Amino acid sequence: MLEIKNLHASVDGHEVLKGLNLTIEAGGVHSIMGPNGSGKSTLAQVLAGRETYEVTDGQILYKGKDLLEMAPEERACEGIFLAFQYPVEIPGVTNSYFLKSALNSIRKYRGEDELDAVEFLKLVREKMKTVELDERLLNRAINEGFSGGEKKRNEIFQMAVLEPTMAILDETDSGLDIDALRIVAEGVNQLRGPERSFLVITHYQRLLNYIVPDHVHVLVDGRIVRSGGKELALELEDKGYSWLEEAATA
Amino acid sequence: MSVAIESNHYEQAFAAAGLDQGPAWLTALRQTGLAAFAAVGFPTTQHEDWRYTSLGNIPKTPFRPAETASVDASVLEPVLFDDDRVDRLVFVNGHYDQKLSRIDQLPAGVVVQSLADAIAADLPLLAAHLGQHARLDGHPFAALATAFVRDGVVVHVPKGVALERPVHVIHVSRPGAEPALVCPRLLLVAEESSQAMLVETFLGTDRGPHLVAPVAEIVAGENAFVDHYRVQHESLETGFFGLLRIQQARSSNVQSHLLNFGGAVVRNEIAAHLAGEGGNCDLYGLFMPTGTQHMDNHLRVEHEAPHCDSREFFKGILDEKGTGVFTGRIYVHKPAQKTDAKQSNMNLLLSPDAQIDTKPQLEIFADDVKCTHGATIGQMDEDALFYLRARGVDARSARSLLVYAFASETVEQVSHPALRTLLHEAIITRLPHGVDLKELV
Repeated sequence: MLEIKNLHASVDGHEVLKGLNLTIEAGGVHSIMGPNGSGKSTLAQVLAGRETYEVTDGQILYKGKDLLEMAPEERACEGIFLAFQYPVEIPGVTNSYFLKSALNSIRKYRGEDELDAVEFLKLVREKMKTVELDERLLNRAINEGFSGGEKKRNEIFQMAVLEPTMAILDETDSGLDIDALRIVAEGVNQLRGPERSFLVITHYQRLLNYIVPDHVHVLVDGRIVRSGGKELALELEDKGYSWLEEAATA
Repeated sequence: MSVAIESNHYEQAFAAAGLDQGPAWLTALRQTGLAAFAAVGFPTTQHEDWRYTSLGNIPKTPFRPAETASVDASVLEPVLFDDDRVDRLVFVNGHYDQKLSRIDQLPAGVVVQSLADAIAADLPLLAAHLGQHARLDGHPFAALATAFVRDGVVVHVPKGVALERPVHVIHVSRPGAEPALVCPRLLLVAEESSQAMLVETFLGTDRGPHLVAPVAEIVAGENAFVDHYRVQHESLETGFFGLLRIQQARSSNVQSHLLNFGGAVVRNEIAAHLAGEGGNCDLYGLFMPTGTQHMDNHLRVEHEAPHCDSREFFKGILDEKGTGVFTGRIYVHKPAQKTDAKQSNMNLLLSPDAQIDTKPQLEIFADDVKCTHGATIGQMDEDALFYLRARGVDARSARSLLVYAFASETVEQVSHPALRTLLHEAIITRLPHGVDLKELV
């Protein structure tokens, strides 16, 4: 599904990713953990196509295609989805209009018929239930005045509607209370399937009790320094990151 | 094109047009205007209030009072809203066109008629109010317009009457070969506890040198409620210089919305006086210059009495070589304790050649007041743009969507649903690739 080879990326001339390698198979759920500043969010943004990050070396293949050649919207149409760590508030554009245009541009790209207003409403109503979002939020401006938990659930809701094949969750759990966390995790678990892969970026092991990953990777200073199964997350919970940071700089 | 213009061109045009004829109060008013204009002439950028607005060829162009012209009713269609339930007065080049107008049965005592008809009928309201509120010093175009006043709209809503039907005044500019001057007048007097909604639409049909100088006087009596709109779609060879004078008595509530899309050089001056306790005045504006359009907003709100609230909320979207000016002045007089005045001017620059000069100003002589002002100038929000694109919306549509979102906030305040929809559409039509957004409204 996704193959990242020797990825180097900089922001404002400062190198953040320093040769990152990662392969995610179809249906796989991978988690990336790491201390602050290790490059987790940079990786997420680079995958989604944010232009403020400059890729200086390396390659990303997605379904065999060169991902770095694609514009952000093209990536979305190809099935990449990023749940933002900080979802943007956009006053003046309703959630519902935004999501409908996003969904229809993706459907158009795939050669599918665009949904009309009735079909769209039916779909979103169903999906909103899975993340327990109030239907009234549809007609509110994108993320405007949403609580932290609502913003994160809105990301998962959008994911459920857009049905990506490669979903990247950037610290979707940060700042959530346990109920919201459960809802978010449930939203993700319902979407798990043999054709859909997840990259779950998190700072806290807690999320992984709810979204159980197939693989856990530790990102330190722009490189993956350790990979393992889900038990690696528990080890990190016990020991912290310092033993790996020391190993990385040694 | 260089045109010779006589130094006393407007005096000559005044006499030639027979404007020295009519009721004594009216000829006196016109003479006052003529004298006030002759004393100062056209302003230059040397004047502090006109520093950022150059008149170009206007002072050198021999404008004469516009002749009437005929237009097809279909011209009006794009600007009509909820047409069956709106009283409509149509003017072509400043002259009332009865055939295109339609006024339904009015409640007892209500006056909605053309100024020319009101003058002919010697309506007593005129001598008491027309030209009695708009000051001419400091407003040279209003002075010129007062000299050439001939037609326009008079609305009088008596005490306690709520006008159910909005009044829609449509001014169609149909320029000919000769440079023409149009001075549409509006007098709206809303007596105690009355209510009215009035929309002025300015619509240019053809290109040609045109100077439009509307003067509006809105007089809101105690506890009156007035909702006013000015939507300007003049052609790209039109100079548009308007004065809106608002006079408010105790507990009155006036909202005015100015939306500027057309015109070559545009200036809207607003002078609002909150003269009685507990008044509320909200001024909303949207200006969207593109190409080489220039749009100047010149506001002054006078808080003269205690416990009044005012709000200036203006947004500019400037593209290509479009330029804009915002000057907002809130003047809080000594007795105006407990004033709550907010002023905001936010601007979005879509091109490196676009320019905005913004100057919020507060002058406060009372000590217990709440006044805020702020101006922002920004480019497209890259975070928002990326968010939309990362969901699959293409870059072009995402840009239009964000500009629309920025602009539409001003229109959200419009309480009349059909007018709100029409204004949303007017914004969308102005956006690059806006047609993709039609579904939004």
